[in-house]
Amino acid sequence: MPTDVERWKDEVYGNEIREHLFRFAEEGWDAIPEEEEDAWFERFKWWGLYHQRKGQESYFMMRIGTPNGVLEPGQLRTVAEVADEYARGPVDNPEFGAAYCDWTTRQSIQLHWIKLEDVPDIFEKLEENDLTTQQACGDSWRNIVGCPVAGKDTHEHIDAWPVAEELHETFKGNDAYSNLPRKWKVSVTGCDQGCGQGDINDLAFEPAEKHGELGFNVRVGGGLSRKEPRLARDVDIWVPEEKATDIAAAVTELFNDHGDRDNRYNARIKFLVDEWGADKVRRVLQEDYTDWDLESAGDDLRDQYTYNAGGHEHGDHVGVHEQPDGNYYVGLNVLVGRQGVEDVYELADLADEYGSGEVRLTQRQNVIVTDIPEEDLDDFLAADLLEDYSPDPHPFMRGSIACTGTEFCSLSIVETKNRQVRYARWLKENVDVPDGVTDFHIHLSGCTASCAQPQIADISLRGMKTRKDGEPVEALDVGLGGGLGENPHFAEWVEMRVPADEVPGYIQNLLATYEDERQNDETFRDFIQRQEEDALQELADPEETDYDDPYMHNTKMTWYPYADDDDMDASPAPTNGEGEPISADD
Amino acid sequence: MATRLRLLDDAAWVSVNDERAVGTSEVWPVAESFCSCSLAWLVVEAFVDVGADGRRVEARPHGHCLNCGESGTAPWLPVGKVTDDGFELVEGVRR
Repeated sequence: MPTDVERWKDEVYGNEIREHLFRFAEEGWDAIPEEEEDAWFERFKWWGLYHQRKGQESYFMMRIGTPNGVLEPGQLRTVAEVADEYARGPVDNPEFGAAYCDWTTRQSIQLHWIKLEDVPDIFEKLEENDLTTQQACGDSWRNIVGCPVAGKDTHEHIDAWPVAEELHETFKGNDAYSNLPRKWKVSVTGCDQGCGQGDINDLAFEPAEKHGELGFNVRVGGGLSRKEPRLARDVDIWVPEEKATDIAAAVTELFNDHGDRDNRYNARIKFLVDEWGADKVRRVLQEDYTDWDLESAGDDLRDQYTYNAGGHEHGDHVGVHEQPDGNYYVGLNVLVGRQGVEDVYELADLADEYGSGEVRLTQRQNVIVTDIPEEDLDDFLAADLLEDYSPDPHPFMRGSIACTGTEFCSLSIVETKNRQVRYARWLKENVDVPDGVTDFHIHLSGCTASCAQPQIADISLRGMKTRKDGEPVEALDVGLGGGLGENPHFAEWVEMRVPADEVPGYIQNLLATYEDERQNDETFRDFIQRQEEDALQELADPEETDYDDPYMHNTKMTWYPYADDDDMDASPAPTNGEGEPISADD
Repeated sequence: MATRLRLLDDAAWVSVNDERAVGTSEVWPVAESFCSCSLAWLVVEAFVDVGADGRRVEARPHGHCLNCGESGTAPWLPVGKVTDDGFELVEGVRR
């Protein structure tokens, strides 16, 4: 029996959703028949609009897909202007103000509190500046990720940016690929450091050499969601650069035909690869989906991968780095990936003044300003904005990543972004950084969807509940020792259901143990991997400290966790195009 | 009149007549049927299925007991009932 979602997609999906979206925008929020709301919300995702959660009816999150995280000159200002004009809700966020932009772990942009009535004007403004929300969500080719400094990296073997661009041009808006069984995440890596994070994508292109020619090895079936993390499997295929689009089409068609449309929880291609094995995936690709002889895998560069590999080499792109053309790129740390809109304007100004105007987004929720001439570097680094978005941040500020959480997301179990801000500040003030550690990843995801990529962090935090003093409170499961590199490893889940206000104390105790018991300059990841399973549990205990957590109550059941009166009944939603509450009698 | 039931948002919510009625993250007291505890405190992490028995709406939640840590999918448990005035949530111990 087809799922509701498949049935809804059969009726209307893909590009044609736009005309309906615009019709509803013209007629207003309450023109959507109540019994059709969930069907339309599912479809709107294809155009980058996620309806926000219960209590925030009529408001949407809007995702703008920026392939490889590249914002061409002028585009960041456009994003800031859209956020400034349209992404303002009924209540300010206490940390970030009234309007802000989120940079995501898939190098995209998310804005909140978008009203349906404003969507045509927003699309017009974005599209005038070659930005789009098309296929940013939904069951289709999502935003293509990759090395965020592709084309500007001294570690590069292949410039992955033109490859990502061609994939984007081919598969965005293409009706043949517009209705897949589930989301489809693709990564292109061109450097020898592994910054594309191909291991956690449905389809990954990784640099490899064959017959003296550089091309890509293909991996299939990675992903982190639903407590079923998988590393992308090696399907023993190498393609030259000019064949990347063809093999991508072939793998997508295979997924389209064989992905599970009867069960959305089994639909991602990682489960098909589990069932078939890599050999069968390759055989079926050869027999049914390609008209050329597939080459076996070439020599890859994985033994050189340093990105998020647990060492001290290259956990992100923060800092000052020389480009091959002699200019510099500067990676700036954005705590939990969120910037107030005034800061985004200022960032756009700085990029214009000192660089080419281009800004890039990383899979660590950070930003990179590129193309800064050496003679301007000191002036750029002296800019006031860099006091808050540092190229040389404290390790606990640098490594803190968080998903959207219960602030807006229906799936999340706990509040995340503001909590992670508070964690990072407390850790910075109260915890000694172990000697030699410059980059320490703490990723907080509100649920098992794993949008903050917790399984590949030094410390993985995942939303949960527990009881404390007889009351249900927000809690986190804690995992340790995850990361990528040549031998990627998912975090071991060590402490379950830790009350959220005891997590900073746990991290403090854990890092003290690490400092005491590490061997020589052993990295945290190596230290964790050296432990026996039982010993992991004994490394540290959760503990209350003077850390204060204002979000221990059930934030999922508030209308907005930071409102003075956060009770669901106090919500002004739904509202009309002017943001005025629509009464139930209307 | 038929009651429309479905799971939404990657099974994070039970929807009753197009309203999100019950979500994950709730802690349900469950009598006897989930684990060896006489009263389990079940953290609902996802819903596996939703159905109706007359006016009673039921769901099969997946989660774990806060007392003993047992994890799994519970048998059908009541979520609420459809009345002439709308949908009423179950409160207290579920059995």
